[in-house]
Amino acid sequence: MKYKDYYAILGVKRDAAADEIKTSYRRLARKYHPDVSKEKDAEEKFKEMGEAYETLKDPEKRAAYDQLGRHAPGQDFRPPPDWGREFAQGQGQGGFDDIDLSDLFAGLAGRQARGGMGGGRRADRSLAGSDYEAVVRLSFDQAFNGAEIDLELSALEWAPDGGMRRVPHRVKTRIPKGVTDGEKLRVPGKGGKGAHGGPDGDLYLDIQVEAHPLYRVAGLDIHVDLPVAPWEAVLGTSVNLPTPVGAVSLKVPAGTRAGQQLRLTGRGMTRGGSAGNLFAIVRIEVPTVVDDGQRALFEQLAKTSNFNPRAQLDQEAAR
Amino acid sequence: MTAPADDAVRLDTVTEVTWTQLVSASGLPEGELRELVRYGALVPRDPDAPTWTFESRWLVVARTASRIRHDFDLDPHGVSVVLSYVERIEQLQSELRALRARLG
Repeated sequence: MKYKDYYAILGVKRDAAADEIKTSYRRLARKYHPDVSKEKDAEEKFKEMGEAYETLKDPEKRAAYDQLGRHAPGQDFRPPPDWGREFAQGQGQGGFDDIDLSDLFAGLAGRQARGGMGGGRRADRSLAGSDYEAVVRLSFDQAFNGAEIDLELSALEWAPDGGMRRVPHRVKTRIPKGVTDGEKLRVPGKGGKGAHGGPDGDLYLDIQVEAHPLYRVAGLDIHVDLPVAPWEAVLGTSVNLPTPVGAVSLKVPAGTRAGQQLRLTGRGMTRGGSAGNLFAIVRIEVPTVVDDGQRALFEQLAKTSNFNPRAQLDQEAAR
Repeated sequence: MTAPADDAVRLDTVTEVTWTQLVSASGLPEGELRELVRYGALVPRDPDAPTWTFESRWLVVARTASRIRHDFDLDPHGVSVVLSYVERIEQLQSELRALRARLG
């Protein structure tokens, strides 16, 4: 197990008063919280600070930490034998290798919940399993159609000897159709195992959906750019438009303007009994290279047309 | 034989959770969660019912409350204020996503 200097992480001396530890944590939390911080490695730093504060703010855990002795940060160490008897009952002497310091103190927290450290542990008291949380990255197609995914997590659980151990936790789950980026889902009963008849925890999934090269999602609606030539916009046309369920023929009416949204009802994401729409957003593209014949046609159009796209600007400019 | 897949369920306005489930999922002491209900940060379907039930989307809010409580070492009132800002940020992010989707 690697040693972490919780006092150094929080920037306090080893004999710091509880208030001093609290103030220092709060100050650092404002600076490094990953939701707001622009500091480099903020997430990693905040995780370490949280772990340090969780231990040092609790007098029992702080005493247990202090009795681990002083080591260099990152140095491999083992808790002294009498430490195991006093604080980590049941943590077999071979049981420190596959866990880290935060796991060890998470185990102590569990023991406190079960009836206190240092004696009087009611080992038969039922204890609910922990909830787990996992990030799930889906492609657009998986989000649109739903998907069956396999997750492999590393879970901390109670060993039969009463200690803590890390075990692989595999879950196969079906993601429903129409999930969106940032959505959270729950897989009931797929978190940590409960102890002594306590219920199993749940697994929470943070959904992240990869950007698609064509489709952009907002709620249940999907937006796709539809490039058209200037003469197609003026005269109208019919185009083959890709959609997540296959290409459709879409009529672009004569006189279509740039930015206009052509709606395909019910072709968006589906969720339960609801379906969003697919919007084709018209982009008028112009040819950057024209031959002499085409240039002549455009020049003829310019001479004969009385269309003024800047009529309103001209009015304002004339004031 | 491969194990069957478990359904991941949405946390939305349709499905429902009990008060006990909400307390358990939040990881907060029941008294603190009750305080959040008093401040309006969590809203039961029927606040006057003898036993509270909630739309399952409140599980996300309750877990966020727990994270804020833990991360910033705040009291329930502070948590309820931060939650209102979080809600506002999420609304704005959603509007931003919709605008970006429209504009490309």
